[in-house]
Amino acid sequence: MTIASTTQQICFFLLTATIVSGALGVVLLSNIVYSAFLLGGVFMGVAGLYLLLNASFVAAAQILVYVGAVNVLILFAIMLVNKKEDLKPIKGLQYRKILSGIVCIGLFILLVRVDLSTPWSIPGPAAIGEESTIRIGEHLFTDYLLPFELASVLLLMAMIGAIVLARRDTIKAQYSIEKDNQSEIINESKTPVLIDQKSIKN
Amino acid sequence: MPILMNTGIDIELSFNNALQGLGFSKSFAHMLWLPLPMLVVLTAALIGVLATVWLERKISAAAQQRVGPEYAGALGLLQPMADGLKLLVKEDIIPAKADKVLFTLGPILVVIPVVLSWLIVPFGQNLLISNVGIGIFLWIALSSIQPIGLLMSGYASNNKYSLLGGLRAAAQSISYEIPLALSVLAVVMMSNSLSTIDIVNQQNGAGIFSWNIWRQPIGFIIFWICALAECERLPFDLPEAEEELVAGYQTEYAGMKFALFYLGSYINLVLSALLVSILYLGGWGFPVPVEWIASLFKQSIDQAFIQVITASIGIVMTILKTYLLVFLAILLRWTTPRVRIDQLLDLGWKFLLPISLVNLLFTAALKLSFPIAFGG
Repeated sequence: MTIASTTQQICFFLLTATIVSGALGVVLLSNIVYSAFLLGGVFMGVAGLYLLLNASFVAAAQILVYVGAVNVLILFAIMLVNKKEDLKPIKGLQYRKILSGIVCIGLFILLVRVDLSTPWSIPGPAAIGEESTIRIGEHLFTDYLLPFELASVLLLMAMIGAIVLARRDTIKAQYSIEKDNQSEIINESKTPVLIDQKSIKN
Repeated sequence: MPILMNTGIDIELSFNNALQGLGFSKSFAHMLWLPLPMLVVLTAALIGVLATVWLERKISAAAQQRVGPEYAGALGLLQPMADGLKLLVKEDIIPAKADKVLFTLGPILVVIPVVLSWLIVPFGQNLLISNVGIGIFLWIALSSIQPIGLLMSGYASNNKYSLLGGLRAAAQSISYEIPLALSVLAVVMMSNSLSTIDIVNQQNGAGIFSWNIWRQPIGFIIFWICALAECERLPFDLPEAEEELVAGYQTEYAGMKFALFYLGSYINLVLSALLVSILYLGGWGFPVPVEWIASLFKQSIDQAFIQVITASIGIVMTILKTYLLVFLAILLRWTTPRVRIDQLLDLGWKFLLPISLVNLLFTAALKLSFPIAFGG
């Protein structure tokens, strides 16, 4: 066994241990801020696995998208509404926990069965390494063009939805949503742009 | 330095050969070699920070008609060392109600990605740690980790100013990452590669006239503004605006943990200046191509003697360009007022983002219509 393969194995076990324990922590910890930070750790671990598979572009993209954007936004949202309030105890929480535990174990058993019964071809196809960036680009603009474009439409929809949600003043005027407990934070003197001024004054 | 060019000295090869000549195995020589470039670059980064701190003190003093540090060493050159030593021996205080684990982890998460990004900084054709194919993209990805560290330390300090500072830092970082990436993308489009080596090589055809700054003037300005914002330098130092937020996310930190923040921000500044010089100012390139000068004196570029001179000129040029930009950043810090948070976000989202998108499209159009000048 060479030094390279030994290092690779050690890295693999370290990364999987990080991912599994981190993921368990995300689900089981009661402090949501810890969960969010651990989620970032799990994403980083997955990026490390991609690196081990010689897919450096995918690893960097994973860090950029999941750690740099998704996880930061999650943290941002949690910390912006950082209110300490005691949650009401939910009825039958014990049974719910046991039930979801059983479902999770079932899923796990299913995955293990798939893992054991599939004839994996080891070693898999050779990694293309540095060339992968070019190949990903080629695939995105030829045979995966439709999914690529559909994803962009989906993102556009999400963005419009976010804008509509963020501009609550327009919704308020139209549907008169009842005031929630955060409305004092929102600057209410904003002038809505999307609807004409007369309908507000009435 | 794994790549082996036809021209150029390869220190790795000669190091390995020397060790194998002494009777060591090839893999052992390789293992001995691996940490060397990293150590050299890390030391270079730290010395760069010391120089920047000294410059900051001296230039700020000059801007305010003071003398600045002058007793520690000649011209106060040892002042940054004294600063570092002071921070090293200071008591490490963790506030009683702070979250101890996150409080410690925060500064580490801020520094590590910045230091890792030095992986892709080239000082010459073969003078970098690793010519990874994703090059500049690695830096963009790594720099997106930093806001998590800032949020973490802001949250863990259990202090409203810290939390606000952390949130501001994250918001600023997210907003300015996008125009930054888009302006980098325009450069990448012209050089057909993400690798920093290729980006510099593409600019060194005709000396100073082929630098990207002439082809990407708008991209250069956008990148510089965004880099300043990512480094949290004035006029964008809102996360630690001392008049409003005491010191932002750093408020509760003392001793070595504070020093990590300090170090991180200065390493980031030097790194950003380096990347500006690599992306837009021709990296290690001399204003007149070295090949031309060599042919003027009828010398072959492949001679070992010429190679050493070329490499030294490359390093000097990179550092010179970088420190010109650092000087500019320091001057900006001591001459411009701070923007407000709404102005900052407006500038990022409503001005820089559309402009950088237009710049990208314009570059693509130019690339299609003038493939000779814009890297077809």
